[in-house]
Amino acid sequence: MNHLFEYVLRLGDDSLILGHRLSEWCGHGPVLEEDIAMTNIALDLVGQANSLLEYAANVEGKGKTADDLAFLRIDKEYRNLILVEQPNVDFGHTMMRQFLFDAYRKILFEKLLESGDEQIAAIAAKSLKETKYHLKHSSEWVIRLGDGTEESHRRIQNALDTLWRYTEELFYSDEVDESLRASGVLPDLSSLKQEWTNYVHAVLNEATLEIKEETWYFQNGRQGYHSEHLGYILAELQFMQRAYPGMEW
Amino acid sequence: MKEENIEELERQFQEKIDNDIKIEPRDWMPDNYRKTLIRQISQHAHSEVVGMLPEGNWITRAPNLRRKAVLLAKVQDEAGHGLYLYSATETLGADREDTIDDLHDGTAKYSSIFNYPTLTWADMGAIGWLVDGAAIMNQVPLCRCSYGPYARAMVRICKEESFHQRQGFEIMTTLANGTPEQKAMAQDALNRFWWPALMMFGPNDADSPHTAQSMKWKIKRHTNDELRQQFVDVTVPQAELIGLTVPDPDLKWNEETGHYDFGPINWDEFWAVVNGNGPCNKERIDARRKAKEDGEWVREAANAYAAKKRTKKAS
Ligand SMILES: [Fe+2]
Ligand SMILES: [Fe+2]
Ligand SMILES: [Fe+2]
Repeated sequence: MNHLFEYVLRLGDDSLILGHRLSEWCGHGPVLEEDIAMTNIALDLVGQANSLLEYAANVEGKGKTADDLAFLRIDKEYRNLILVEQPNVDFGHTMMRQFLFDAYRKILFEKLLESGDEQIAAIAAKSLKETKYHLKHSSEWVIRLGDGTEESHRRIQNALDTLWRYTEELFYSDEVDESLRASGVLPDLSSLKQEWTNYVHAVLNEATLEIKEETWYFQNGRQGYHSEHLGYILAELQFMQRAYPGMEW
Repeated sequence: MKEENIEELERQFQEKIDNDIKIEPRDWMPDNYRKTLIRQISQHAHSEVVGMLPEGNWITRAPNLRRKAVLLAKVQDEAGHGLYLYSATETLGADREDTIDDLHDGTAKYSSIFNYPTLTWADMGAIGWLVDGAAIMNQVPLCRCSYGPYARAMVRICKEESFHQRQGFEIMTTLANGTPEQKAMAQDALNRFWWPALMMFGPNDADSPHTAQSMKWKIKRHTNDELRQQFVDVTVPQAELIGLTVPDPDLKWNEETGHYDFGPINWDEFWAVVNGNGPCNKERIDARRKAKEDGEWVREAANAYAAKKRTKKAS
């Protein structure tokens, strides 16, 4: 297995699939300002996916493009977190999903600035700026909804309860990470989970929300075992490329 | 106020307009000028927002990452346009939420082109090229509209619309130069959107009773038919350039007038769609209404949270 390819794919697929989910909101947001904000975040994520998948394709060295990777793999070849493929449900679920992911992504990108791989460090630097804004936006909404009305508290607590089982996977690590750590591509990521936990707890606390620990955590996305939702995402995402193979658009 | 005073105010108002001095929110203005503007600007704002739906329909199915990003950016721009325009109506004393309710209960109109479905990817090309293209024709003169906030909003909006028009034409060009399937897809989109695009300029001048007053107030600078002709003259050569056929058997260049002659518009269809009987009127309004209803708890929460913050600060 090409570990660098595998790692960059994981990063790229997270951006791609979450960007897809967020873009489903376009035109349906709770206020026009949020339509703009969510579309903007989706746009950033699609941009990140493009840079990351382009790099992954280079690393793979089989002459593929970012689009080939984005649109022409089968479900088992996608490496995204199960968290990011979860449905939008309502604005509360969407913001909670975003918050849990953004907090992880911001800390990860900060660490990846120190990557021994120049490309990864450069993509992390560019994406970090965007991700800081995404995290500010999602954190503020989690607090507002948690400490807003009774209804909003109930809904966002419900979102947290539903999504918490997907958070352990944020810290999934296997031989890919180990070998890249050994070769100096990855910096020391051992404090990622603690830093994430500290930040997330502080925000949830301010939002008056409670974490209910789970007995079952999902973490097979990185190996290509997904929830049932991914198949439907791919059916839409890949529709044009599958229906009209090999054409320029 | 005494009648002579009103007459005097109206005289001064028209004098400003005649001298191309902008009317600003605090200036005196005739009630009808205000009403006409609120109606026109809010219709425009609704068109931007409803217009997000037919294109939003293809974001998750865009054929590659670059097209997906460009389409997202475009639809985001349209939301931004909606926002500036709602703000412009607010400078005239209209309430944004009330204006939106008028859209939802059918009292306010929006551009009827958005009541047509987007069936294929080529429709993203046709909409950018034709619909944003027609919007530019309509809107460039509005940059000189007598009402300051509207004119200034239009300057910013028009810049973005011309980017939209170009990306749409680029999609069409790529398809027209593509495989036979792609070319057929492009031609089909042109066939479906051509006539509705011509209808975007509104009824013929003879059937447009408000035009004269709006032109006197410099809210409008050209008549519907003038703008429609300008659009046809600019767009037909573009279609020819990429090898697509405009679906009008009567279309031909007229040496004498220096314009294209074109066939009659189906005004029955236009009025049917304006009055709610187009293919997607119900879907569009239902989608906007649902967005508002589903978002209610979010807006309430934001207000409640802001209120809590204020009391905390005060105490
Ligand atoms: Fe627009
Ligand atoms: Fe417009
Ligand atoms: Fe536009």
